[in-house]
Amino acid sequence: VSTYLDSASGEPLHPAARAVLEQALDAGYADPRRLHGPARNARIMLDNARAATAEALGVRPDEVTFTPSGTHAVHLGVLGLLAGHARSGDRLVASAVEHASVMHAGRWHEQRGGSFATIAVDASGRVLADGDDEASVLAVQAANHEVGTVQPVAELAERAPLFMDACASAGRLPLPQGWSAAAASAHKWGGPAGVGVLLVRKGARWRNPFPGDDRVDERSTGMEDVPGALAAAAALQAVVAERDEVNARQFALIDRLRAGVAAIPDTEVVGDPVDRLPHLVTFSFLYVDGESIVGELDRRGFAVASGSACTASTLEPSHVLTAMGALTHGNLRVSLARETTEAYIDRLLAVLPDVVARIRQDAGL
Amino acid sequence: VSEDLTLDCVGLLCPRPIIELAKHLGDVPVGGVIAVLADDVAAATDVPAWCRMRGQEYLGAENAEGGVPRYRVRRLS
Repeated sequence: VSTYLDSASGEPLHPAARAVLEQALDAGYADPRRLHGPARNARIMLDNARAATAEALGVRPDEVTFTPSGTHAVHLGVLGLLAGHARSGDRLVASAVEHASVMHAGRWHEQRGGSFATIAVDASGRVLADGDDEASVLAVQAANHEVGTVQPVAELAERAPLFMDACASAGRLPLPQGWSAAAASAHKWGGPAGVGVLLVRKGARWRNPFPGDDRVDERSTGMEDVPGALAAAAALQAVVAERDEVNARQFALIDRLRAGVAAIPDTEVVGDPVDRLPHLVTFSFLYVDGESIVGELDRRGFAVASGSACTASTLEPSHVLTAMGALTHGNLRVSLARETTEAYIDRLLAVLPDVVARIRQDAGL
Repeated sequence: VSEDLTLDCVGLLCPRPIIELAKHLGDVPVGGVIAVLADDVAAATDVPAWCRMRGQEYLGAENAEGGVPRYRVRRLS
């Protein structure tokens, strides 16, 4: 049996989503744009999904668009704000620790003649508020997906129209104020994969950067995944209803893990220890190769992620750890699922010192 | 300041250059300088991180022959 500690890559489907998904697959197949009975059913389900998502996130229903992924919602959000503000400039400024989807959107914008720059972060991964002042659009995450640090979004939003990637935090933490557009991803809160959420504030200057379509709402493209959206909304409602209890438990478990790991020699535990996401932590072991430790833990039944170069398809270390000046090799990111208990964490803490010591010994240290 | 010892880690992937640095730190006297030639991009972050974690002084990087970065470290203890 595998101990799953990689919910930041994908949270297991929430039980509330499973029940809704099964029902919705039977009733939500039709095109919500059509005028017949099955279509009306699908349209009602889509409208319900939108209303429930809006309520759970504290926004208006007409600010919610379902997309085929969180990444697509990020691309629409970043590039759509740039398109909407094109008259005042073409300079995108993103924090240096944004998710790869934001960085890819920035390079795409640059390849089309726009300007793209990043702002530095401190050693905890927090965006430095005294950075670039020339932004046409700012892109800053609600909280970092690798190290958990919460960003000063409301403060930064006073300086320029702001796109907020909320994929790591949506559902778990209330959305901060001030953003013009935002993105979230259902599979990170226990909804199905393939459902992203684009939020565009009423009155924000946003223009579709892509060809567009003729769907239920002007910002979406292609046939809506009605069952997926409804299941995502059900999971989101459940996560929001449970979050006081779940967050407190997960926050304490991560504290326990941070303290236990810090006791292993030559280990760096990174990210803000307090102002952070409740469910994840990143740490790095000197002289340890990331691929070896992920493989060794997998053999012992622990599923964890790593930001080290040898575990990445690009062979480049995590740009988040690099921007923070944190050790990039021997890196692990542990993220708790809803059902993770103290026993899981204690089992991990029981094996880690030995696994690390053996890898170091094999390296001749 | 010239180096007391230069480690050729070209072609080695992290963490190997850092492991070599740790193994050979004792080969230079306290106050001496050890340099690492490394073309793995992770070394740019990991050499200064190692210095911070191990209490050694990171002196910076410069390009050696062929454009390979040479990272320089002063042994403090």
